[in-house]
Amino acid sequence: MPHDDSDHPHALLPSDPALRVKALETLLTAKGLVDPAALDAILDTYERKVGPHLGAQAVARAWSDPAFRERLLTDATAAIGELGITGRQGEHVVAVENTPETHNMVVCTLCSCYPWPLLGIPPAWYKSDAYRARAVREPRKVLAEFGVTLPEGQAVRVWDSTAEVRYLVIPMRPEGTEGLDETALAALVSRDSMIGTGVAEAPK
Amino acid sequence: MTRVHDMGGRYGDGAVVPEPQGIVPFVEEWHRKALALTLASGGIGAWSIDTSRHARETLAPKDYARFSYYEKWIAALADLLVDAGLVTRAELEAGTAAPAPAHERQLRADAVAGVLARGSPYTRPCDATPAYAPGDRVRTRLPARNVLVPGGHTRLPAYAAGRVGTVVLSHGCHVLPDANAHRLGEQPEPLYAVAFAAADLWGEAESPGDTVTLDLWQSYLEPA
Repeated sequence: MPHDDSDHPHALLPSDPALRVKALETLLTAKGLVDPAALDAILDTYERKVGPHLGAQAVARAWSDPAFRERLLTDATAAIGELGITGRQGEHVVAVENTPETHNMVVCTLCSCYPWPLLGIPPAWYKSDAYRARAVREPRKVLAEFGVTLPEGQAVRVWDSTAEVRYLVIPMRPEGTEGLDETALAALVSRDSMIGTGVAEAPK
Repeated sequence: MTRVHDMGGRYGDGAVVPEPQGIVPFVEEWHRKALALTLASGGIGAWSIDTSRHARETLAPKDYARFSYYEKWIAALADLLVDAGLVTRAELEAGTAAPAPAHERQLRADAVAGVLARGSPYTRPCDATPAYAPGDRVRTRLPARNVLVPGGHTRLPAYAAGRVGTVVLSHGCHVLPDANAHRLGEQPEPLYAVAFAAADLWGEAESPGDTVTLDLWQSYLEPA
């Protein structure tokens, strides 16, 4: 069933991408295939509600609550569900924990698989050819482009998301954060630290 | 054997450009619409995520390389709509269609929150006995290919084909994309996370001890 003929239907659309999208929107709305109000509801979800602050909540909880950390490492889907974090592109979640011995880093070389309910929509770099091509072969060179240098002796484990399992990196808790509550801890957890192209920063 | 999307390990793509933290903003208005139209249309249920991935992968290599991310989505959406019989080529060319009442499976605004929060779990009960357990050594299929459909969708990247790795996790039975993408049924199979030494994939590791782990279906594997 692969369509390798040269007359893909998409070639019938205008060449300008903005006009192409407009044409599809007009068609889909006229034909009753798309509810215009549903488009707004989808965008409201990913522009305002779902983003890396949710993943950061889960990480901060894991740092603060050893029993939650255990559940997160055993069955992350259920554990994040306790926090109300569920949904599309996060149906099967596995949490992987950074340690002094191992740094975890997530990529999708074949497309752009990403844990949407925890991190929101992926940044452009995550979907770029450069990241997809290079993260598996030269993770340290990629990390250097993010300003991250790993200590000598820390191995990199790259997770290539080839199935519907989505990986959440639990960064190492920074030193000097012993007295902080979960809200203060969550503020230290960047999106990139949960993909593995960053680390959680110590409080300034 | 492979297609243009299968780029793991490729040389020549240049630097990765980091972006600010937080929720990712859309750069262009049409990017917003491209995402929302794709998700809303997917909500009709006329194709699976595997079929939609395959639609993006079958873009001509020259289009795949020159299209931006959301242009790929839009091109694939147009192809999927025609393939599913929801839109005709004539309608695409005209950019208009006769008004019609709401499709019976249209994703309505009041259903969006629930649909997005539920997602589509891909685990299934299956009869196949798990052939492997964590610690087992396995060898991947060589070459990476869909054995059901020539040129078809598969989730074994070329860089990991014919390599020996170690099972690290058993994920239970998952829908097999190689079948589901082509509407051949879900054919669920045990899925495993398999870790490979970076040196075994690339000839030389960037640093000793580095590994790359992939999720691979049982039929992609044989005992090693």
